[in-house]
Amino acid sequence: MTAALALRGLVVGHGGAPVLHGVSFEVDEGSVVALVGGNGAGKTTLLRTVSGLLTPTAGTVHLHGRDLARVGVEDRVRAGLAQVPEGRGVITELTIEENLRLGGLWRGDPADLRAALAEMEELFEPLARRRTSLGHQLSGGERQMLAIARALVARPRVLLLDEPSLGLAPLVVAQIMRVLRELCDRTGLTVLLAEQNVAGALSVADRGVVLGLGEVVADRPAAALAQDETLRHAYLGF
Amino acid sequence: MNARRTLLLAAGGLVLAIGATFLLDPFRNYQLALVAAYLCATAGLTVLVGLSGQLSLGHAALMAAGGYGYALTVNALTGAGVDGVGRFLGGIVGAVVVSGVVGLLLGLAGARLHGPYLAGLTLTLVVAVPAVAASVPALQGDRGVRTAFDGVPAPLRSLIALEQWQAWVALAVAAVAVTGLVLLRDGRAGLRMRAVRDDEVAAALAGIAPARVKVLAFVASAVTAGLGGSVLVFVTQSVSPGAFPLGLSLLLLVAVVVGGLGSLLGAALGAVLVVLLPWLVGTVTDALPLPDAVVQRLDGTLASLVFGVLLIALVAGAPGGLAGALTAARARRRARRAAGGAGGRRRTRPSRGGAAAAPPTGDPSAPARPATPTPTPSTPREPVRTPTEG
Amino acid sequence: MDRLVFLLGTGVARGTVLALFALSLVLIWRATRIVNFAAGAMAVVGVYVGVAVTGATGSWWWGLVATVVAGGLLGFVVERGVLRFASARSPLSGVILAIGLVVVLQSLLGIVFGQEHEPVQPPFSDRPLQVGGVPLLSPYDLFVVVVALGLLGALRLLFVKTSLGLQLRAAAFEPEVSRLLGVRVARMRTVGWVLAASAASLAALLAVPNELGLNPHAADMLFVSAFTVAVVGGLDSPGGALLGGLTVGVVTSVVTGYLGATLAPVAVLGLLAAVLLLRPSGLFAQAEARRA
Repeated sequence: MTAALALRGLVVGHGGAPVLHGVSFEVDEGSVVALVGGNGAGKTTLLRTVSGLLTPTAGTVHLHGRDLARVGVEDRVRAGLAQVPEGRGVITELTIEENLRLGGLWRGDPADLRAALAEMEELFEPLARRRTSLGHQLSGGERQMLAIARALVARPRVLLLDEPSLGLAPLVVAQIMRVLRELCDRTGLTVLLAEQNVAGALSVADRGVVLGLGEVVADRPAAALAQDETLRHAYLGF
Repeated sequence: MNARRTLLLAAGGLVLAIGATFLLDPFRNYQLALVAAYLCATAGLTVLVGLSGQLSLGHAALMAAGGYGYALTVNALTGAGVDGVGRFLGGIVGAVVVSGVVGLLLGLAGARLHGPYLAGLTLTLVVAVPAVAASVPALQGDRGVRTAFDGVPAPLRSLIALEQWQAWVALAVAAVAVTGLVLLRDGRAGLRMRAVRDDEVAAALAGIAPARVKVLAFVASAVTAGLGGSVLVFVTQSVSPGAFPLGLSLLLLVAVVVGGLGSLLGAALGAVLVVLLPWLVGTVTDALPLPDAVVQRLDGTLASLVFGVLLIALVAGAPGGLAGALTAARARRRARRAAGGAGGRRRTRPSRGGAAAAPPTGDPSAPARPATPTPTPSTPREPVRTPTEG
Repeated sequence: MDRLVFLLGTGVARGTVLALFALSLVLIWRATRIVNFAAGAMAVVGVYVGVAVTGATGSWWWGLVATVVAGGLLGFVVERGVLRFASARSPLSGVILAIGLVVVLQSLLGIVFGQEHEPVQPPFSDRPLQVGGVPLLSPYDLFVVVVALGLLGALRLLFVKTSLGLQLRAAAFEPEVSRLLGVRVARMRTVGWVLAASAASLAALLAVPNELGLNPHAADMLFVSAFTVAVVGGLDSPGGALLGGLTVGVVTSVVTGYLGATLAPVAVLGLLAAVLLLRPSGLFAQAEARRA
């Protein structure tokens, strides 16, 4: 079986020194993989490379066996890869509904878009109540729900999440994580979740990949990873 | 470089240039005087844009301010019975005061405005010059103001022609203006301007008042542009709005970008181009077997076209301008020589490609500065970014 | 009093044209953070094409169509061919490139058409109509108001109600996020330039009969006024463009009527300086303007 997402030997730099030095791992279809590691480990760089915002100097990204090297950012979305960017990326000048619609416009199917919006408003109930509010009127938790819902409107097969728990109350985080897990179990969605909140991420993930200074330090089942004392102390800080 | 060396160099350069006027015929000397006049303006503009990061599209208006200041003062002095050197110097003072005041007002505005807003304000100013000239009775609208004729001083009359004398005066004024700018650039004020240009907040935290620095840059630039305007009036004995159109303003900017933003050598190259290119193009079109109507249409416009194309090509391809390209070539030669001895372990930066557009260089390209051994002329201005990682 | 009413009427007509032109600047500013200093020169190219087509076909309406099409084409070429070289890091590079374009376009027009002022006849009478014994608007002014307001309304509908408009807005506000959502941002930017350049060309065509005539510099003053409008209304605010346009239109009309046409540029300069120094984000901007 081909993996939903396969990274091989990714080397990525920001102008000068590389940030990722040959990162390889796979994400199985329908699984949730937590990508954890401290500040500066390279999590955001990795996600931005997968979504195409950064170009690797070496290595490949395969989505369901298809090499993405020559596929632009906009076309990766069309290939079934969605990203919730760092800082959520809610467009604050647009209303909630406009933000949501934006996620599915490329599909060019108004009926399907309406159906997707209805699903999302069911899934994230607070959004339905504030449909015409502008993005900047939302709380942090609502923004995160909106960002995830907007990515899901595209009906992706692989979802990349960058720090969804940042700045949110633990209760809200738990709620969001639960919704994600249910979604994966129900629809077979694949999730790659970059998190500093290691405990929270590992609690919903099937597997955990630990990134340290641009290299994969560990890659094993989430439960095993949460047990590993030395790794926890050295890289995860809890 | 220390101030005394700058002054000695300037004096030496001026003597050389004055000596060179003996080799030129009257028409060439007239062109040289024009080059000197435009050099005042381009030098001021390149310091403003390159050093302090403020963009002015209105330097023709500042030249006009200087020109009118000169003309009105000279006429007033003529009325009071003053003539000769005293009258000329009085006119210069008038030019400095008027252009300095306009520059101060613009500088105060510029200190509060971001790039495109300031550019728009200065553009509006230059478009409004004819209207201002028409609305103030003393400026006499489109007809403009005529000034008394300054001939060659009596002791020199048998030696040099009028054009040569005018070239001398123009060169002297330009030498003063450029020397002033060099001193400003190399002094503490120049350092502060670069700091403000690169990062206003950081400069403010280091105890620099960004607003004051920006205003100073604008005033200095305006005064030199005003001096350029007064030289033009001195040479042509008249000043009118038609001499300072929007096109001239844009051409000055084109000249400093083509020469290389922030570089005084580039400003000089630009000033030469502003005068010589239309003349060269005119010579070529005159020589070609074209109908008169066509030649008339090409007059001026073809040269501007060349300028515009050059500007776009340079911003897209060589952000350092002509002066930058010269320095880069020199540095490459030096690097090759040095590499022979040092085993070639020299790290060169990747070229910054087409996307980088004319960021003001730290100006290592000034003509008189001792050579620095860096292999590339411009250092990237953006701070080194570490990947943000949540 | 009659005179004031008349001046207000012409001011409103001029103001709507200015608003249309200013909207072009606002669109490009929002999409690319560049003030298109070449807007005037580009618009004049469109007007020359339109006037040539009118001359060839004898129909002012075909000229209007040609102006809009030529303006849009030029917008496409300029965005794809020139302004993509503008550096995102240096806000000056966009202005400098646009200035290069102005110089190129104006000298090309000078070479092809010469510098003479060529009078352009309006398609309708420009004699003011009498309303209750008071001269008010001319039929042409009325036509201008209707076309300009209609177009402003149509553009508003496009931006607010259609999915293309939603993508245009999103691409302008957050290009990177928009790309992650599958919006083809580069294409949106081009569409924005084409729309903006068409609108500016049309505005210039509407304004030319009331000016001295057509020459390569015919839109210099129009551009300066429109820039002032955009600043008065807020460069980020399309709604502000209309209010700003009416303000500047009425001010210039009243100044022209009572103090003479030569003073109009001074009035515009004064208004611009006052607004920039007192409220740089614009009189009618709802949100605080983003930093340039």
